[in-house]
Amino acid sequence: MNQFTLPLIGGVALGLASIWLLWSLGRVAGISGILWGAAAGPERHWRWAFLLGLLGGGMLSHHLLGIPVPIDHDTPTGILILGGLLVGFGTRLGSGCTSGHGVCGLGRRSPRSLIAVLTFMACGMVTVLVTQHVVGGAL
Amino acid sequence: MKFVAALLAGALFGLGLTLSGMSDPAKVLGFLDVTGDWRPDLAFVMGGAVLVTFVATPWVLNQPLPLFNTNFATPTNTKLDKRLISGAALFGIGWGLSGYCPGPAWVSLSYGYDNTLIFCAAMIAGMGLERLVTR
Repeated sequence: MNQFTLPLIGGVALGLASIWLLWSLGRVAGISGILWGAAAGPERHWRWAFLLGLLGGGMLSHHLLGIPVPIDHDTPTGILILGGLLVGFGTRLGSGCTSGHGVCGLGRRSPRSLIAVLTFMACGMVTVLVTQHVVGGAL
Repeated sequence: MKFVAALLAGALFGLGLTLSGMSDPAKVLGFLDVTGDWRPDLAFVMGGAVLVTFVATPWVLNQPLPLFNTNFATPTNTKLDKRLISGAALFGIGWGLSGYCPGPAWVSLSYGYDNTLIFCAAMIAGMGLERLVTR
């Protein structure tokens, strides 16, 4: 096992989970859409089941498989709130996040998803460039 | 049956997010830090996931119906518009600021950190705000 093994296995699990949801229920495993749908409807039931499973699967891997729980991060609260607002607002406006556009959309060969993935990857990288190197890691 | 199928999908997804390291914001920020001390590990997460969906999605969508439901609901919008691009851009900035995208943020709630709770509350508020602004 090297540093790429677990990311690859985890990635395959994400792909299989998305395929299973599409095959069993005919729905896209886009987490931002599922979260908003669970809160605002319609089709609340399967969405809450998925979100419960998500928490359970995470606990399973940390407590049964012994994957270390990530340490608490030291991002300042203001930045965390701004980040959360932007992630929430942006994923609804752009109709998806890393899972819906990335894992599912690229699998469906959707041009919209490809554009979205390239855009959010580039913007994420530029943001980290600014916070870590331009303002000198002050955040 | 729908409930069980969705629960299973969620559990496997949660397993994937935590095994892969996606639920650790420090790793995510290290992956996005391409001009610094770049840690490419997480590229294998998207690579592994898309490998599976790229091969299997056409076969699934070729089935007459899903196993436990009455229709396939995949997005029908094909427009490459300002909404899509500005939304993805805002999301990317928020992702780069926090190291969290929606799935990892939700799965991290079980760690019991205040930071995750604050992030998730802000994220849901952002979703609500989008609804108010664009309706």
